Amino acid sequence: MSDARPAGETGRLDVRIARKSFPKPSGDRLEVLRDIAFTVPRGRVAAFVGPSGCGKTTMLRIIAGLDRAYEGTIVQEFGGRIGMVFQEPRLLPWRTVEENVRLVAPDASEATLARLFETLELAPHRAHYPGQLSLGLARRVALARAFAVEASLLILDEPFVSLDDALAARLRGELAKLIGSRPVTTLLVTHDVEEAIGLADRLFLLSAGPARIVAELPIERRDDVSAGSRVAAIKAEVARLTSAAGVPATERSAAGGRS
Amino acid sequence: MLRLLSIAILLGAWYAGSLMAGERMLPGPAAVLAAIVEEARSGALALHLSATLARVALAFSLAMALGTALGLLMGRVKIADKLGDPWLVVLLNLPALVIIILAYVWGGLTEAAAIAAVAVNKLPNTIVTVREGARALDPALDEMARVFAMPAGKAIRHVVMPQIAPYFAAAARSGLSLVWKIVLVVELLGRPNGVGFEMGVAFQLFDVTRIIAYALVFVVVMLTIETVLVQPLERRASRWRNRTA
Repeated sequence: MSDARPAGETGRLDVRIARKSFPKPSGDRLEVLRDIAFTVPRGRVAAFVGPSGCGKTTMLRIIAGLDRAYEGTIVQEFGGRIGMVFQEPRLLPWRTVEENVRLVAPDASEATLARLFETLELAPHRAHYPGQLSLGLARRVALARAFAVEASLLILDEPFVSLDDALAARLRGELAKLIGSRPVTTLLVTHDVEEAIGLADRLFLLSAGPARIVAELPIERRDDVSAGSRVAAIKAEVARLTSAAGVPATERSAAGGRS
Repeated sequence: MLRLLSIAILLGAWYAGSLMAGERMLPGPAAVLAAIVEEARSGALALHLSATLARVALAFSLAMALGTALGLLMGRVKIADKLGDPWLVVLLNLPALVIIILAYVWGGLTEAAAIAAVAVNKLPNTIVTVREGARALDPALDEMARVFAMPAGKAIRHVVMPQIAPYFAAAARSGLSLVWKIVLVVELLGRPNGVGFEMGVAFQLFDVTRIIAYALVFVVVMLTIETVLVQPLERRASRWRNRTA
């Protein structure tokens, strides 16, 4: 399905995972991913929505190079570094906020960091240790860290999960601002269709395990989307596809008009 | 305040005990202090104390360095753990005295044999403690370092070592007191100087005053090392832990 794109496009992320399975205690193997194939052009944002536990995180780990035991190929034509936001902040508790960011991005200039901390409202917390931060703040530090490396590929695994709606919405806005300020190929896993629509150029719908891509929806430029009618249309389409493909609808996509 | 009171009670009990047992069996604080001053004046105290301290420092560093390396290896690499574990069990259960005597028999009554014997006595304890730490390393942080392509040196310094630090500190603490006790035995058995050697001489002369004098001075020295060196280092290493908002 992702072959619809014109051939010869340069600088894209090309993911082909034929099969990924884990050994089960009983001896046979549990298949988690099957025939995942998609391409993300340089600088575009792809969102992945699917039932929880369907293997989205496994897919991201393979793309990030953390799991090499799979059948398939991952081609990142533009090479370079990866910035990642895990489901948990994964900060070093014994280093300050600023040290946590600087350690992975030693080349980042003071001006870049200052701007990043400013955007994410972390400026007053630079010298704090992660143990002194709320979860919301810690997630922002994780975002700052991922952006500070000026990566060619940004991987976001449910970056706002378990935050309250208001804070998640604010952070989503900040994330959109960051992506807008410096276009970077981004993969976003989320269970929130609205979040996907707000941030992504393209939405991939995954089935329950073993995960396959059951639909690929283009999303108009983010600026037009805020109109609302388009959001509703996409949501309806997602709802239709999830029921058609036998995917249990996630809580949020089922909630319909929630904003 | 309570600490001072406790020390005062200890001194009082010591004094009372010496009155009851007699100066020969248990000399009082004044006699011991006089002996310390006498030994210090003759230069014997400094000589023996420095000899013992040098051995403690050498054996301790050797055991900690080697033990940390082996502990990390065994905690991270399964094959190393499987191969090393039986050796570890043997070492852990070998009495200190056996190791010391064998070291002297095989290596002669030399300084190298003495220090090696002490280090080998402390080694398994360090390995076991650091191995626990290596096993408890957080895979989530390890993955973070890998995704962000942290160079190995940096990852060890900023990701691995801070996680090992509490285990290392625990090994160092118990190590320091263990090492100096074993050093005394090593000196008693086969060295011509050091606090342990002096203890041996004093024992043969039934000079209880000198035994207590040397023991007391050494305890004070070790306590000082603990307060001015070990504790500040520990505080520094764990300062991120205490300051919660």
